[in-house]
Amino acid sequence: MREMHTGVAIREALTLAMEQDERVFLAGEGIGTSIHDNPLMPTYGLLEKFGSKRVKDTPVSEAAIAGLAVGASNMGLLPVVEIMFFPFMTLASDMVVNHAAKLRYLSGGKSAFPLTVRVKAGLFPAGCQHCHNLEAWMAHVPGLKMTFASNPADAKGLLLSAIFDPDPVIVVEDMGLYFMLGEAPEGDVRVPLGKARIARQGTDATVVAYGGAVHTAMAAAGMLEAEGVSLEVIDLRTLVPLDKETVLESLGRTGRLVTVHDATRFCGYGAELAAIAAEEGFASLKAPVRRVAAPNTPAPFTPPQVEYYKPGAEDVVEAVRSIL
Amino acid sequence: MATAGDAGIRLQILEKMILSRRFEDQITELAEEQGRLPGMQILATGQEAAVAAVLALQDDDVIVTNHRSHAHILARGADPNTLMAEIMGKESGVNHGKSGTLHLIVPEVNVLMTSTVVGAAPPLAAGAAFAQQYTESGAITAVFFGDGAAAEGSVHEAMNLAGVWKLPLLFICENNCWAGAQSYQEHCSVGNIASRAGSYGMPGDLVNGNDADDVLKTARDLAARCREGKGPALMELATYRMHGHGEFDKQHYVDPEELKEWAARDPLTMYRKRLTEEGVATAEQIESMEQEAARIVEEAVRFAEESPYPAPEAVLDHVWAEARATR
Repeated sequence: MREMHTGVAIREALTLAMEQDERVFLAGEGIGTSIHDNPLMPTYGLLEKFGSKRVKDTPVSEAAIAGLAVGASNMGLLPVVEIMFFPFMTLASDMVVNHAAKLRYLSGGKSAFPLTVRVKAGLFPAGCQHCHNLEAWMAHVPGLKMTFASNPADAKGLLLSAIFDPDPVIVVEDMGLYFMLGEAPEGDVRVPLGKARIARQGTDATVVAYGGAVHTAMAAAGMLEAEGVSLEVIDLRTLVPLDKETVLESLGRTGRLVTVHDATRFCGYGAELAAIAAEEGFASLKAPVRRVAAPNTPAPFTPPQVEYYKPGAEDVVEAVRSIL
Repeated sequence: MATAGDAGIRLQILEKMILSRRFEDQITELAEEQGRLPGMQILATGQEAAVAAVLALQDDDVIVTNHRSHAHILARGADPNTLMAEIMGKESGVNHGKSGTLHLIVPEVNVLMTSTVVGAAPPLAAGAAFAQQYTESGAITAVFFGDGAAAEGSVHEAMNLAGVWKLPLLFICENNCWAGAQSYQEHCSVGNIASRAGSYGMPGDLVNGNDADDVLKTARDLAARCREGKGPALMELATYRMHGHGEFDKQHYVDPEELKEWAARDPLTMYRKRLTEEGVATAEQIESMEQEAARIVEEAVRFAEESPYPAPEAVLDHVWAEARATR
């Protein structure tokens, strides 16, 4: 298979979707003409390719961007809008939470909102108003689906599935991965929503992760392998709907569970996984569930604090050791 | 103003105003009888001239409305039976009892969306208008919001986007002088909402919102402009909220003299009188409209009361396009 950067793989998904369906359009701040003149960014060059009718640079206006997606999707288009950074979802959240997620329900099933919101996540040196992983907030809202890819193939395949899914999907893109090389298939190869991937098979403990944290988990697995400990790593790929079966089956095989994410710990997505393990996988558990996550502080700016804040492979190794 | 050729549409406006008033008076009666209606009921009593704005549109145009929507939706020709059933939370309701009175959504008559989050309708409507522009459908979207909603940032974002992209979007602000228990003077820093239009590169017209002919003429002119691709427009209807923010709200904060003054300018009374004086409608015709409205509403209440509630477990339906939600 070919190798490409995740940012380019995302662009390939956008390009394929736009080529095959006129209903697909893109809108967002700087998605056409960007201050970032970088060919690894997902929407680079799409304005030139598809024109300003289909690639819409918007005012700095998150409520309007998200409202645009809700209204246009209800009229039969397939909007793919971008919210520049995850914390800015708070500005778009009325449209996403109270409208995209709820209007089908309120209509008694008469209305449809097949929209996609791409949102950039991850730590970069801009401080906590630009860096804040809010996936647990979004996952708590019935009516939204959410993907969080860890590699180019999934980023491409999940985005294609999201665009053509009949429900609103939040597609979280870990910015650090834009610049990461990996394999990605050619053509319209989709990754189904709600299906996790076993990134590495193992027998002693299960580590569940998503997005960039999958790489943290994989690094920990490599470190532990040297010590003779075999980790199974599950890459969730989709947070809503959650592939509970794959998690519980793996827990059934290994008897131990560690969750890893870059978001803060308290009420984070790992808490839901731990609760599922306690409710439905209790008989398999040979030890307490451990959660590896960021501390309960806003994201830091200064490099040594970023290092301290972001969960690393050593943190995973330590968590696994504590339950072996 | 109205022309001789407008007799047909003016009669329709009167008919829909009569139906809306009768429909909502019935809700007032039911709301007073404990237990007959679940939840709160928010009415447009006194604001029925807005019906003329709906009738100024074409059938393929879309409307996006808000919590005070009964008159808009009835003017669009939605079925009063399923509307009343929805208001009572019944399975036969237009939204299977999921909405109640507050978010009635009737896509079959192009009442595309209804939001009860104050100020949320304009961004949604911008999306609908964008889709009309994108598909070159030739249709437009009209969005209704109140003077209270005009304080929300989302309304300004929607107006700015519509102005920049020249969306076929008619903003209709029904300024009924109240936002909850706060008067217009207390929540708005300028004399009128229409004057904001200039900030977004669109025309803004202030009309007498209790005069259906004024509303019809302005809505027609502005809708035509939107349809011609000249971009959005804003019209403000100066009107008055005769009931509170919900039927439970007895308006203890309102000066009774003010209510009396506005009651003297009741849009329905004025229009009935004018059409009779101008010979557009006879007293017999109007009497027959009143009787027909009473019959329709009586039938709607019967239909709604005889309809069962949805099954409790249907609470899990309609979250997703496919598959039921989990408990």
